[in-house]
Amino acid sequence: MSARALAAAVRSGDRSARSVVDEHLAAIRSGEPEIHAFNLVLTDEARAAADEVDRRVAAGEDPGVLAGVPVAIKDNMCTRGVPTTCSSRILEGWRPPYDATVVERLAAAGAVLVGKTNLDEFAMGSSTENSAFGTTRNPLDTTKVPGGSSGGSAAAVAAGFVPLSLGSDTGGSIRQPAALCGVVGVKPTYGAVSRYGLVAFASSLDQIGPFARTVSDAALFLEVIGGHDPLDSTSIPGAAADLTSVLDRGVEGMRIGIIEELSGEGLEGIAGDVRARLGEAAATLEAAGATVETTSVPSTVYGLSAYYVIAPAEASSNLARYDGVRFGLRVDAPNSGDMHTATRTAGFGDEVKRRIMLGTYALSAGYYDAYYGKSQKVRTLIVNDFAMAYGTYDLLLSPTAPTTAFPIGEKTADPMTMYLNDVCTIPSNLAGHPSMSVPFGVGDDGMPVGVQVLAPAMGEPAMFRAAAVLEAAAPPGASS
Amino acid sequence: MTERITRDDVAHVADLARLSLTADELDAFTLQLADVLDHAADLEALDLSDLEPTAHPLPLVNVFRADVEGPTSDRDEVLAAAPSVEEAQFRVPPVLGEVS
Repeated sequence: MSARALAAAVRSGDRSARSVVDEHLAAIRSGEPEIHAFNLVLTDEARAAADEVDRRVAAGEDPGVLAGVPVAIKDNMCTRGVPTTCSSRILEGWRPPYDATVVERLAAAGAVLVGKTNLDEFAMGSSTENSAFGTTRNPLDTTKVPGGSSGGSAAAVAAGFVPLSLGSDTGGSIRQPAALCGVVGVKPTYGAVSRYGLVAFASSLDQIGPFARTVSDAALFLEVIGGHDPLDSTSIPGAAADLTSVLDRGVEGMRIGIIEELSGEGLEGIAGDVRARLGEAAATLEAAGATVETTSVPSTVYGLSAYYVIAPAEASSNLARYDGVRFGLRVDAPNSGDMHTATRTAGFGDEVKRRIMLGTYALSAGYYDAYYGKSQKVRTLIVNDFAMAYGTYDLLLSPTAPTTAFPIGEKTADPMTMYLNDVCTIPSNLAGHPSMSVPFGVGDDGMPVGVQVLAPAMGEPAMFRAAAVLEAAAPPGASS
Repeated sequence: MTERITRDDVAHVADLARLSLTADELDAFTLQLADVLDHAADLEALDLSDLEPTAHPLPLVNVFRADVEGPTSDRDEVLAAAPSVEEAQFRVPPVLGEVS
């Protein structure tokens, strides 16, 4: 059942929020041991929140547009008094003294938080295998990864544990797991959703966004969490865009460009079945009245290299705060310097260490210009190329991920191979643009394929209209 | 081809980042970081001389809140998350000088 339908049933009194929440908690109890989507399930808290929603309905109040809808959030968003780990030993047991803005907004809309989902440690990864608390499995084939870094949030929606969840996307961490798990995943325009209370990874790229099983549910959730927040200095002024009422407007007359560099034979690693689904998606949009053609956005291929300098550079700075002083793990030592080193060495996993060192190197004297400075200029190049493309096209199209979900363990030994997963999703982060992954049929292995719809800044309404068209015409998805 | 990053470089950045690595870790990380930097070498072919760097997708300006009173974090709640506290302050091992 969709989030929309559940909320409507609860608001009208047809169903109690408690029964909705209990039903989803039961699904979690039976499926979670195999999937491991959650770091923490908030059974008692969720029931109490559901009872409060029911009390309000009984009192004639409207609890909000997500009344009684069970929601899961990635465990890098702060929840007051509730452990928030980022799937890292260094934050194990930490209880934040405040709620993230998105947590307050989903509660204000009547949604019920049922748990914190697993992720690659500090959101660094593409498979959720970098979690300190175990790997999340893809609900459609438990020998495969769910993608990452928001793999727990994607798997929770795909498994039917919750109709909605939140992830964070720094280089594709919402869209790629959405594609691999066969659900809808949205990275909004940079600044469209408050990041207050999101534990920072790479601050010029990080963005919170929704997972859902339908485009319409994703639109509704984004309306709830979006809009200006004075607590985030990068928050865009103004209310969240109205997406719900434009969803059914179609794509008649729209101009849509398929990004040649991210979709064609030229790019190594985009699988044939993924390219085939993309072609069918393009034909679907064309049949719905859009003009679709292949176009060149040349610098997008350099996004990967620039990203894996810029994101680690920012991370090396952001993660300097984990020093064993104010929160989280401390490993004692006779002096403060040794305590910092002992704490960080014991608390961070290998991928986090890799990125901290890479970023420290890229920012260090003698290498700054060659790596960080150059990457920032490539970022300008990508922004300029997108601006050129959006002078002609309303939207752009590409695969979300190069392949369907890959086997657990396949890429863990070779970080660079893992990083190549993000080649199609990174450019939108570098430019601050919105993009989303829509499930569109399956690959040769029967696993889901995602098509990525890209839009210019604040282009969510057109992006969601195209996504709705794709969803309506999508070939059958994967079944577990 | 010159080495992108040496074992000594990695040892140096690990020290800067307050990370302690075993000899095996140093070897592995050196190879892996070199892989990533090798990939980034594709940027060397680009002529970027006329471009300004982009540090951020938005034109950032300072944002100030209105100067009005509001709720602040509870001191005890914040301190409760710290590994060691003494008299409402974060307690750390000695920073300078001899350990007593």
